[in-house]
Order: sequence, then C-alpha cells, then structure tokens
Amino acid sequence: MRIKKHPILGELEPGRIVKVEIDDKPVDAFEGEPIAGALIANGINVFRYTKKHKQPRGIFCAIGLCTDCIMMVDGVAVRTCVTGVREGMKITTMYKT
Amino acid sequence: MFNKLATSGVLCKEELSKLPGVPSPERLKKGAVAVIECAELIPCNPCETACPKGAIQVGEDINNLPVLDEAKCTGCGLCISACPGLAIFVIDLTFSETEALLQIPHEFLPLPGKGEIVNCLDREGKFISPGKIIRVVNPKSYDRTPVISVAVPKELAQDIRAIEVKER
Amino acid sequence: MKEYELAIVGAGPAGLSAAAEATKAGVREVVVIDEQVKPGGQLIKQTHKFFGGTEHKARMRGIDIASQLARECSSLELRLNTVVWGIFDHTLWLYSNGEVEELESKKILLATGAMENPLAFPGWTLPGVMGAGALQTVVNVWRVLPARKVLMVGSGNIGLIVSYQLMQAGMKVVAVVEALPRIGGYRVHASKVARLGIPILTSHTLKEAKGNNKVEVATVCRVDSNYQPIPGTEQDFETDIICIATGLSPLTELARMSGCEFMYIPELGGHIPVRDENMELTVPGIYVAGDIAGIEEASTAMVQGAIVGLAVAESLGYLSKQKFEQLKQAKLKSQEIFEKGRFESRRVARQKLQERVKSV
Repeated sequence: MRIKKHPILGELEPGRIVKVEIDDKPVDAFEGEPIAGALIANGINVFRYTKKHKQPRGIFCAIGLCTDCIMMVDGVAVRTCVTGVREGMKITTMYKT
Repeated sequence: MFNKLATSGVLCKEELSKLPGVPSPERLKKGAVAVIECAELIPCNPCETACPKGAIQVGEDINNLPVLDEAKCTGCGLCISACPGLAIFVIDLTFSETEALLQIPHEFLPLPGKGEIVNCLDREGKFISPGKIIRVVNPKSYDRTPVISVAVPKELAQDIRAIEVKER
Repeated sequence: MKEYELAIVGAGPAGLSAAAEATKAGVREVVVIDEQVKPGGQLIKQTHKFFGGTEHKARMRGIDIASQLARECSSLELRLNTVVWGIFDHTLWLYSNGEVEELESKKILLATGAMENPLAFPGWTLPGVMGAGALQTVVNVWRVLPARKVLMVGSGNIGLIVSYQLMQAGMKVVAVVEALPRIGGYRVHASKVARLGIPILTSHTLKEAKGNNKVEVATVCRVDSNYQPIPGTEQDFETDIICIATGLSPLTELARMSGCEFMYIPELGGHIPVRDENMELTVPGIYVAGDIAGIEEASTAMVQGAIVGLAVAESLGYLSKQKFEQLKQAKLKSQEIFEKGRFESRRVARQKLQERVKSV
C-alpha cells in the first residue's frame, strides 16, 4: 500500500509508472524507486528463500547492508533495497521452490 | 526505583506541579497561559527563542529546564509548534463557565475541522471526554505542527493532552 | 589518474558537512561518494524536529537539514549509486553500475555511518522482523506500508521516535518493549508515544515471534533484575511486524582495511577507530566523522565533519594553523552541551580516546 497523504511528507508525487515482472507476474512500479519498495507496495513481503531449508526471508535493514533482500534481477543477484526500478525488469525470487 | 515518567512516559500531578515551566493555579485562573511539560535535562532551547514576550528562560546552559515567567506569558501559543518534544500546551480556564480552551499540537491526518467533536485523551492515551474543535491553526511558520484549540470540561484541562479524530 | 585532494565516503550529515567546510576553506578537488540513490544519509528519513540550540539546527526537521546540506554541496562532485568496496593506502576502489574504478586522493574521509544491531530470539528470521530504522526507511523514504501492526523492541530515542512516526503514517504500534527498568530515550518522546495509547513496557523482553512463514504473534514477558525472563508472565501481541531498536554499531570495514588502530569503547557503540582531536586516524591522511567514529547525534556528525573539512584544508595549506585552531575550537565548543547530564558517558569516551592517542 502506498502512503498517499502524510502529515509531514505531504502528498505523494506520482512518478512515471512502469511495468516490471516478479516471478513472471506483471506489476506496476514507479521508475527509479527501490525494487523492494515496489514489491512491498504490491503486497510482496518475502524476498527470498534459504537454499537448504527453504525458509522465507523478508527485509531486515533496508539500506543495503544485510543482504536479506537479494533477488535475481535480469539474471544478476542484486540488493533490491538499494537498486532502482527500470522498465521491463525481470525479478525472480531465489530458491522459491 | 524509577518514577512513573521514567517507566511509562506519563507525568503525574506531583511531578507536574514541581516543574518551573508549569504556571501556578492562581495564574491559570487569570486566562490563557503556557504549560511547559519539560521535566528532563536535555540540550534544547527553541521555546526560549520562539517566545515573543521573553516569557520562557532556558539560559546559556541549554540543558536547563525552561522557566516560565507567568506574568509575561500571554498564552499566544507560538511556543507550542516550536517545541521539538511537543511538550507545550496552552490552557485558558476563562473560556466559559464550564469549559476551558486547550491548545495542543497535533501532527496527524486527518486534521479535524472547526466545530467537530473529537475524542480527548489523557497522558496515557485513555479517552476521558469528548471535546469541540474551536480553531485549527496551521500556518507555514509552524512547519507542519498544526495547533488545535479544543473546548474541554474545565476540570479536565490539566489531564487532556491529545485528541483523536473520530472514525468518519 | 586524477588525484583528488579530498575524497569523502558517505554523503550523510558528516560527509556533506566536511565537503561544505573544506570547499569554503579553499580545497578544490573534492568528491563525495555514496551507495544510496540520494544524499543525506539517515537525515532523509527523520521527519521530526531536532533538539539542541540554533547552531545545532534545532527546530528544523531532519529531512530539511538534509535538503539544506545537499544544496550547500550542489556544486560539488557527488557520485551516487556507487559503492566504495576497498581502500588501499590512498586509493579507493569503487563499483557502480557494472563498472569498477580506482580513485586516488591525498586525503580521505570515511563517513560511512552505522548499522542497526540485530536481536536473536526464536522466530527472529521470520519475514516481518526488521530494524526500526529499516521500517522508518520503508515508510518515510519509500512511502509504502508493508502492514498495519507493529511491535517495537527498544525504548531508546530511535524506538520512541520511530513509533511516533509509524503512527503518523497510519500504522498501529501495539506496544514498546524495554528490557531495562526505565525508558532509554528522551522523556518527551516517551510522553508523545504514551498519549497515543501505546503501552511502554519496561522490564519486559521479546521472548518469541510466531507465525506461518511471517510474523503473526509476538510473545512478550517480564524480566527480573538480572534480565532473565520470568516464567508465567508471557503476554501475546497480535502483530505483523516486529521492529528491533536495540542500538547501532559503527560501519568500520574501510577503516579496518586502512590498517588503523581500533579501541573498544562500549559508550560509543563498540569497536571505534582511534582518532585524534582532528578526527585523523593512526594512518595519516585518513579521517573519520559521524557514527563510524562512535554512535552519537546528527549534530555531532555535522561538527565532526566540519572539523575534518577544516583539518584537511589546513593540512593542504589552504588554512593557517592559527585560523584552523580558532575555527575548530568554536565547533568543539558547540558540542560541549551534548556531553553533560545524560550524555556524560560521551565525555568519558572521548577522554579514553585522547589517552589512547597519546600513548600510540
């Protein structure tokens, strides 16, 4: 859910809406916003699964330090909390199945 | 042992009456005056800078508690939005026979409108009375700290410290 | 390869203050590098009004201090989305957008800030457990709401301030949990939280987080005078998120790589690079400022950054020693007020550092 009105931050200024894919599902995002933010806005709070026990992980630090938000983006593993959205990105959740 | 303020964030009446920023009952009876609920030595002095009458004194050591000169204070409320701790309120016990006018900072949406009935809460966030909004002031100079004037039962003026806009 | 005069790692309040002060004193080739998408460091999520006096930018909201600092540095070279992953002597190694680059500089300032401490408890890896600063970033910077309810662990200033801000954003803070027998942060912050109806539970700890692949319930219990959980006092809170606000630790990897001396000072958050009054490390030409030098305030970061800017200018010959000392003492004086009363421990910490520097 996006915070459209805020008592200190004011009205949310709309950015350019682009389409990206998360695990083959198309979702809307603002161009340039952190990928993790776009996913949370679309109701996604699990960013990866652990390799051995397939346990879900959500964000922890949100500033690029802990690596809990790493996802495959166009074939490269990136920290989605510090990487901006670009039109047409293909994002996949690691070790989902 | 730690006092109630240190364990809950709630100032009790005895603590309150000892603070140099809290006016005397005699002064409160005379009309609008600031009540500065600042009870801890922390480096801070925007209240002193904001007062146009020089009624608030912190001094060179800005850790000092603010001292209110209740004779100089006119209850204008400019200090309310200046306080980073949102710890200043203005009470006017002469508003009406049965009501006091309470000015409080309120940094939430939606802002209530004039005439609206809101829930009035005490320092623990407990609902203790309805109140009627008399005025909402939110100029640019307050930097997004609106000051709400709400009419409340006179005997609760020293207890109510927050409002809650009812579900619309 | 171009050699800069001052390279600053981190565009937070410390880094930007150093850049502004150095440039004002005459330093020419300055570059500021940050891995985030916009400058300002932690300031960009601080929507509250700051304390202190006028010289500490009191009454200004953190977000506006960030804008002001960015404006003061608008003519400087600023490299965003750029990670500094290595420091070798006076060469920094950068990575940005698939490209690796070397950068040489006569003087280097490491102003990389701090990270939030995790807290281990059963269920700590469930989605929904995150740092308080993390949720603050999500809400105030990304402007998204991941869920409705949150439990805050820690009643220091971060726990209290973030709780208030989450309520402003439309979330519901179900409780603030504090292991100590008293609230850690400013009493006025606690009062703001209490009058919103949020219970502050001192002498309590988070025992466990439960849920089906995400946080659904937080079990809180009382602790005794030895901070041990008291059986039978468990209380369940329905919540979607558990925020951990149990302190910060300096991000010192680059300082470690530089080979400088370290010292363990618990009052400042742990292992701190040893530095002198000019914030210079035991490796000459490399400086620290801000939370990397010890967990304090934004105003400390700005003063320390300014001192580095002045020290670098003097060292490069742009400022006379006399003028430098005069300006530096004025800056140090403005910080004295933050080392009294509840902040006495910082003065103690600074003394420990001074003694260590003398002996090195």
